[in-house]
Parts: sequence; C-alpha cells; structure tokens
Amino acid sequence: MQFFFEVLIGGLLSGVLYALVALGFVLIFKASGVFNFAQGAMVFFAALTFVGFLEVLPGWTGLEEGGRAVFWLAFVLSLGAMVLLAIATERVVLRPLVNQPPITLFMATIGLTFLVEGIAQGIWGANVRGLDLGIQDEPIEYMMENFNILISSFDVFAATVAAILVAALALFFQYTRIGRALRAVADDHQAALSIGIPLRHIWVIVWAVAGFVALVAGMIWGARNGVQFALTFTALKALPVLILGGFTSVPGAIVGGLIIGASEKLAEVYVGPFVGGGIESWFPYILALGFLLIRPEGLFGERHIDRV
Amino acid sequence: MNLKKTVILGAAVAGLLGSSLAIAAEQFIGLPSYRVGPYAAGGSGIFGGWIDYMQMINERDGGINGVKLAWEECETEYNNARGVECYERLKEKGETGNTVFQPLSTGITYSVLDKVAKDKIPLVTMGYGRTDAADGRVFPYVFPLITTYWSQATTMIKYIAGKEGGTDKLKGKKIALLYHDSAYGKEPHAVLEKMAERYGYELTKIAVAHPGNEQQSQWLQIRQLKPDWVILWGWGVMNPTALKSAAKTGFSREKMLGVWWSGAEEDTVPAGSAAKGFTAAGYNVAGDNYPVIKDIETHVYAKGKGNLEDKSRVGSVYYNRGVVHGLITVEAIRKAQEKYGKGKALTGEQVRWGFENLDLDDKRLADLGATGFLPPLKTSCMDHEGSGRVKYQQWDGSKWNVVTDWIEADKEMVRGMIEESAAAYAKEKGITPRDCSKEM
Repeated sequence: MQFFFEVLIGGLLSGVLYALVALGFVLIFKASGVFNFAQGAMVFFAALTFVGFLEVLPGWTGLEEGGRAVFWLAFVLSLGAMVLLAIATERVVLRPLVNQPPITLFMATIGLTFLVEGIAQGIWGANVRGLDLGIQDEPIEYMMENFNILISSFDVFAATVAAILVAALALFFQYTRIGRALRAVADDHQAALSIGIPLRHIWVIVWAVAGFVALVAGMIWGARNGVQFALTFTALKALPVLILGGFTSVPGAIVGGLIIGASEKLAEVYVGPFVGGGIESWFPYILALGFLLIRPEGLFGERHIDRV
Repeated sequence: MNLKKTVILGAAVAGLLGSSLAIAAEQFIGLPSYRVGPYAAGGSGIFGGWIDYMQMINERDGGINGVKLAWEECETEYNNARGVECYERLKEKGETGNTVFQPLSTGITYSVLDKVAKDKIPLVTMGYGRTDAADGRVFPYVFPLITTYWSQATTMIKYIAGKEGGTDKLKGKKIALLYHDSAYGKEPHAVLEKMAERYGYELTKIAVAHPGNEQQSQWLQIRQLKPDWVILWGWGVMNPTALKSAAKTGFSREKMLGVWWSGAEEDTVPAGSAAKGFTAAGYNVAGDNYPVIKDIETHVYAKGKGNLEDKSRVGSVYYNRGVVHGLITVEAIRKAQEKYGKGKALTGEQVRWGFENLDLDDKRLADLGATGFLPPLKTSCMDHEGSGRVKYQQWDGSKWNVVTDWIEADKEMVRGMIEESAAAYAKEKGITPRDCSKEM
C-alpha cells in the first residue's frame, strides 16, 4: 500500500507540472479561440532565453555569476523577450488573420512553432544547459523517515508554484477589468469589438501572459531535465490534460493535470509490466479519448450549443 | 618562333596545366548533418569535430597526398525523409560524386541501406545502425566500424564483473536495464539475456517511453527491485532525467553504467551534481590532451578556421567522436589511394575498398597522434566492425575521466549472433554473400 501511495503522490505532483504547460494553451484558447500549437516551442524559447541571459549577463554587466541580481535581471529580460514575442505574433500572425476560420489560425501557429524553435537555437545555440534554481531534487526526509514514502522537495516546490499561478490567473480572469475583457473576446470577437474592447491589445496581453506561464514552466522543467530542445515535448503531456479538463477552464487544467499525472503513473507501474512497459506516453491519450466520448467539452469546458 | 621553341613552350604549358589539375584534385565528402532540431546539441559537436579534422588535414598536410578534402553539409534535422533527400542531393556532387555517407541516424541508415549498394557509396554507421552489418559478406557497402551495440553490451557485463570481483560473482546479482522504448533501446536485449543465462544474473528490463522526460514510475520500480546495477540505454533528455531520478530515489550513480549515447557532457551537465560518479562506455574518449586535438587547435582554431563557435566544446565527447569520424574517413581514403593511385580523387567504390582494408594499429594511431583516443582497428571483407573494444569514463562532476583500458568484447558470442542475423537478412533479401577468399 505504501508503494501505491508513493506512485499516486508522485503522479499527482507530476500532473501539476503538466497543468502548468496546459495553462498556456488554455489562456490563449480562452481569449482568442486559437489552439496554440507553438506553446511547447514557447516554453523552450523562454527557458533557453533565460539560461542564455544567465550566461551572458555577468560578462555584460559585471554582476556576480550565479548571484540573485543576475537571476532576477535574466528573469525580467526573458519576460521582456516573451512580451516582444507576443507583440510580434499579434502583428505578424494574428492581425492579418482576423476573422479567418480557426483552422487557419491553428495552421499559422504550426508555422510559428518552427520559427520560434529556429530563432531560439539561432540566438542561443543548440547546447544543452543545466539550470539550478537552488531547490534540491531530493526526497523529503520527514516523509521518508515516518512513512517510507519518497516525495521530492523539488516536485512539491513546483506544485506550489503551479498552484499559486493557477489561483492568481483564475482570480485575474474573474475579477479584473482585463479579465472580463478577455472573457468577452473569447465569447464573441465581433461583439467585443462593437462595445469598444480593443481586440489587438487583448491578444497581446493574453499572449504575453501565456509567455509568462511558458517562462515559469520552462524554468521548472528546465531545472528538472536540463534546458534543451526536449522542452518542446512537454506540450505533448499537456494535450490529454486539456481534453480532460476542458480547453477553456483554468481550474480544469489543474484537475486534468492531476488526473492524467496520477493515472499514467499508476498505469505504468501496475499495467505496464503486462504489456511490455513504456505505456505512459500513450496511456493518457487513450484516457482522454475515452473521456471525449462521454464528455466532449471536458470536465470544466463550456458546453457548446448551436441552435438549428 | 621556331618549331623547337613551340614544342618546349607547349610542353611547359601542358605541364603547368597538368600540375594545376593535380593541385585541383578534390575528394568530395557529403555531410548529412543536423545542427537544428531535437538532436542539434549532439549533431553540432560531432559534425564540428569531423569538419575540423578534415580542415586540419587540408591546412597541415595540404590534403591526402595532395588531394584536398572538400565537403558540403546538408541539414537533415535527424529526419528520415530529409536524410534521404540529402543522400540524393549529395550523391552526384564533387569530381567523383559523394564518396561516403555517414548519417548519424539509425532511421536514415535504414532508409538508404538498399540505395548505397546500388549507387556504390560506402555507408558508415559508427556507433549505431544495424549490428549485423558487421558481416561484410552480406553488407559490402555498410561499415558499423570500431564496435557495435552487441559488442558494447558484452563489455558492460565484463565491466560489472570486474567491479564485482569476477564473472563467477555475477550469479544472483540483479541488473536492471533501463532502456529507451524503441528499436535502439531493444538492441542489447538478446545479448544481455544470453549473458544472463551464462553467468546467472537476474535481468529486469524497464522501458521508458520516448522522449523520457518523465521517469518517476520507472525509478520507483527500481527502488522496489533494489538492483545491484542499472544499465542506462538512453538517448537525449532521457539521460539527465534518469540521473536526476536516480539521485531522487537514492540509487548510487557509481552503480549506473551508460551506453555511449548516454555518456556525453550533454547528458551529465543538465543533471548537475546528480551525475557525479556515473560511468559510461565510449569508443572514443573525452579530453583535449591528445596530439591530434592539439594539431586541430594549432592548424585550424589558431587560424580562425574552426567550425565551432563555442571553442570550449573542443575535447568534449561528441566533438572527439566527430574527430574519430574524420580520422577514419581520411585513413580509408589514404588506404584506397595506395591501391588506386596517390594524388587522385577516388570514387565511392574505391573508397569502399579503403574502409574494408583499414589497419590502424598502435603504431599508426601513434603517428596520427591518437594513441588511446580510439581503439586499434583492422577491418576485412568478413569483419566490418574491426575492433569491438570500448573504454569506460566516469563523470567527476565537471569532466569525464577514463577509468579503464580498452575492454575487449565477447567476440565469440557476438560474432555468432551477427552471422546468424546477417544470414537471415541475406535470405530475406535474396542476397548471395560474397566469398571473402576471392576479395583482395
């Protein structure tokens, strides 16, 4: 039983990390109805830009290498880069495609993926980098000693960050003017425009916020596995989370993440050995597929009803 | 101008033209590289080292017996379709066409396997590809060279046996194989199972789904299993994730042994302190304290002609692996020139002969400034592997240190399996194996 709980808790904590990536998708889909295929590339771009600045800033500014000042300066500059990326995306990709069918916008984000990946490697190089956030990826002693359950302190830290981010974004969407405007744009572009909501500004804001989420996700995943191209694959983990939680729900992303994280780990451990193992890459998709048949809009997604 | 003067002048002009033509002779090598995309970190290091070695030969020696090396890169992004496109695009380039194709990708290798024999272009698959291509009778144009996955797997068990105090001490030991869930990851299964039968250790195979950035469940299984050793057969992000997960679950990195695609700086640096003590195989070693690397620094980087922007990567595992690729390619061309004419640009068919008759013994390696850098190598019509030896390196937290001499593979076991598999392939494809007694 102890082993079961160990796998379950580990899965739930991993699920929060998936939710963090899924959150970026939700934000953009909520505000613009665009499924942003480039979200994984944005995670990679953000993390690579952050470690790139960490490397070059001591030389440029004379600040102490590995110090707090360099860390926060790199964070601010990376955030600036994500805002610039958001502005450029709105100008070059979204603006010319206003009122085009969603599939056109989706295809545009596929193109954007390759562009963002290429730009990131073009600027900062293809080297794999380590990233140390100062949080040790080691078991929590108390849990080991008292329950013999292995829980990583880093995973708990990441889950806390993700939970704070989700709560902050949920409040932002619910209670701020910009949040209301974002929801209005998501409901109906034309109607939002007609009452004076600046669509372009809203898009820039939402892409910038998605960029911020990508930066946080990139830093956490980068610290976990290294900053490298494989960060783009984190998007693959987010897709079943979105299907389960709903494409338009911030809390849905977190609940979907928890379900996917826990179920894929339990499946790998208890079902995997009977089918040759390595099933956690496809098991979440099977689960999501089954879910689609029962509840196509996801757990918290908005039910779409068309009048005939 | 009288007739005599005209003849002398004509002869002089002809001589000049002839000599200029000789100087212009170039040996073309097409490079299907990958410097962007998911595996760019490895690709840029390997192709960087390879190009630097060829540049060094041109700068220091003026080429191979006066034949300058020329090359062109074609970006594959490690994608099979693009790899085939690059193969087709490069094959007609240069005076004699492309003379060697080394895609550094098992997928691309399989995609062009049938084409190379038809086009008469040697396919070098050092450190990957299909192991049974070491049987040159069935695969005359394919050269795994130095060592294969199967050979490496046997050296891993030898290494573990050495640490445990002998092969008789392996009985009852638990060895977990944590492998990339792909054809690549499944390569050592048969060999490790066969050795488990022989030595009595218990083998548990644990698959990690691609890309391997999540391994929590696998490492919790390992924690339950409590193996004596974990063999890491990983690739890309799977490697640092495995090292970090091992640290998280308290498994000693000193008891982890990696395949040569798990043993580069790109695998250990992202894992930080979690990688300390990890040991991995290599058919080349890391380090810049070898004459061959010093020559590259002197004749290439000192002149501002280096291929890598980040010079600190010179001497890294992947960079040095690229140098090995360059060195063996150059030696194959040199060998072929001995047979087909020094100072001439050769065809792919002629260079193939060079690859099949390589003899890099200790003396030759010393002449090349590569003693200990790669193992001695001798190929033949029968044997396109040529060595089978592997060294082990341990990560000390900042660099790789060589911890063994060259460990010989269990050739008896591996060769039998290679011949069996190659014979099955020949039967399936309707290939009549060459009679090596008739080859020269």
